[in-house]
Amino acid sequence: MDKYDVAIIGAGPAGMAAAAQASDLGLSTAVLDEQIRAGGQIYRDVDKAAPQRGEILGKDYTDGTRLTKALRQSAVDHIAGAVVWAIEDEFRISYTCEGRGAQILADRILLATGALERPMPIPGWTLPGVMTAGAGQILLKQSGVVARGAVLVGSGPLLYLIAAQMVRAGLPPAAMIETQVRGDTFRALRHLGGAIRGWPYMAKGLKMLAEIKRAKVPRYTGATEISIEGDGKTEAVTFTHKGRRQRIDCETVFLHHGVVPNAQAARSLGVSHGWDAAQSAFVPELDEWGQSDVAGVFIAGDGAGIGGAKVAEHTGRLTVLKIAENAKRLSTQDRNRMAAPLRRALARELAVRPFLDAAYPPYSAALQPTDSTVVCRCEEVTAGSIRGYAKIGCLGPNQTKAFGRAGMGPCQGRYCGLTVTALLADANGQSPDETGYYRIRAPLKPVTLGELAAMNETTQDATE
Amino acid sequence: MKTASPFLEIESGPRVDVTWEGKTLSLPEGSNLAAALLAAGVEVFRHNPVSGAPRAPFCMMGACFDCLIELDGVTRQACMLEVSEGLVISRPSEQGGA
Ligand SMILES: Cc1cc2nc3c(=O)[nH]c(=O)nc-3n(C[C@H](O)[C@H](O)[C@H](O)COP(=O)(O)OP(=O)(O)OC[C@H]3O[C@@H](n4cnc5c(N)ncnc54)[C@H](O)[C@@H]3O)c2cc1C
Ligand code: FES
Repeated sequence: MDKYDVAIIGAGPAGMAAAAQASDLGLSTAVLDEQIRAGGQIYRDVDKAAPQRGEILGKDYTDGTRLTKALRQSAVDHIAGAVVWAIEDEFRISYTCEGRGAQILADRILLATGALERPMPIPGWTLPGVMTAGAGQILLKQSGVVARGAVLVGSGPLLYLIAAQMVRAGLPPAAMIETQVRGDTFRALRHLGGAIRGWPYMAKGLKMLAEIKRAKVPRYTGATEISIEGDGKTEAVTFTHKGRRQRIDCETVFLHHGVVPNAQAARSLGVSHGWDAAQSAFVPELDEWGQSDVAGVFIAGDGAGIGGAKVAEHTGRLTVLKIAENAKRLSTQDRNRMAAPLRRALARELAVRPFLDAAYPPYSAALQPTDSTVVCRCEEVTAGSIRGYAKIGCLGPNQTKAFGRAGMGPCQGRYCGLTVTALLADANGQSPDETGYYRIRAPLKPVTLGELAAMNETTQDATE
Repeated sequence: MKTASPFLEIESGPRVDVTWEGKTLSLPEGSNLAAALLAAGVEVFRHNPVSGAPRAPFCMMGACFDCLIELDGVTRQACMLEVSEGLVISRPSEQGGA
């Protein structure tokens, strides 16, 4: 079995930057990603798509080729198309690649698993035709597919980005139904200093808004009571705007109200997490080098707390400095010297976050959905059922499993975990930290018997 | 009657034949399978095993499992596969694949 100084899970900006740096510092390095090509979510398939549709996707996207190139030119083993489903015993990593199970060993683990879209349970969100905005963007990046007459629902910079990209592709959205309200803008103004320091982001945001306006995309801000209607598929979005009920016919809806750390792997390793009120999400507890409370486990990028692609890149490199010191490849002095410019760049990039978090908070009705709304997509458990469990004494998400099947489907709570925590916390008058989150165990993704059988063959070959 | 898909391909390239639910579809070679099926007008990928409700891709990043299909007798996530000549795929048979 191959053994590495460090194994990095995830080849997004954090993982790619970290891997190239680790290898530069003389660490034997593997990077595993379930995607076939390096890039992560922001730079998905960038090597393939940048030449074809770079104009539509913009420079912030094509810039990703800088990182994929550095990764390609490094001595890193990039194990592509590898779904990591278990990390155990300091550390044996089990993954599936091309239908076969396989394993590698590593002394240290760097989790660069990125973010997931924040679950947005609103009535009708399980209908075919409803997708996340990130999914809409992946369709465009990876496949050059755009939905005609789609309606965008929610809030946040990513919603404007995809709208602008759809405009550039010649298929502007039919409407944007936005959930932020005027009060959010006022609250955000308290963070104006940060917004000014993060001016390049603000300027890009304004430019995207101008593109959306020029394409005459109707925007409904402060929308409430949003619901998706249709018989077996999406037919319309209905909502209340300025006191009036509105209906927009459409076949496709893209939902978005922020992204949250993808903590599945970190939680399976027992890394402690705490509630971050500004980001309305659980984030792993890390020191200033991205080191967790589990020996040998480090986290960088959006999985460590949402900061975006540039922050991911910087934290990836920063964390590797600590890993290299830990592996005796870098003196403490050199580590600190190399970290200083990275920390300055990080502070610059993070300056705009408090403004954005306040200006585009999650849609409150999707944090506390109505009783009849499905919360757990896999097992079709409703918000009302979860509230019912609380009434008969259920305090935490792991207990819900004794009452029903929420979180027990194949997605392992990825799209219901935060909602279940929020519902139970509210019903029991407790904080999210007191309420806790699902316990996540390997396998992180379903593994088939065939894949396991193939793995046994390879491990036996190796020991013979 | 099948209506035209709202998902449009903005470029064209070589296509290959794939069998979906016994019917032949011509899909862009090497493209993402879930994206290609959506653009070909496939509206329902699987049915939820609990309620039987129709489902289609939601996340496109391997996290939601609503794009499950069956390939060579194995349930797979269509959004994690690429189109290649001669794929024989269908809706997952058992319990929506979960
Ligand atoms: C769908 C989506 C689209 C986004 N689009 C944009 C955008 O266009 N612009 C923008 O600024 N921000 C975007 N974001 C925000 C994004 O989180 C950050 O910008 C940036 O991609 C974070 O980088 P990262 O390296 O931390 O993680 P990511 O780029 O998310 O990379 C994480 C990688 O880890 C891999 N991975 C995770 N778990 C496993 C596992 N168990 N086994 C194997 N591999 C695994 C994933 O396949 C992924 O490639 C998007 C987020 C999402 C969820
Ligand atoms: S669309 Fe979510 S797993 Fe494929």
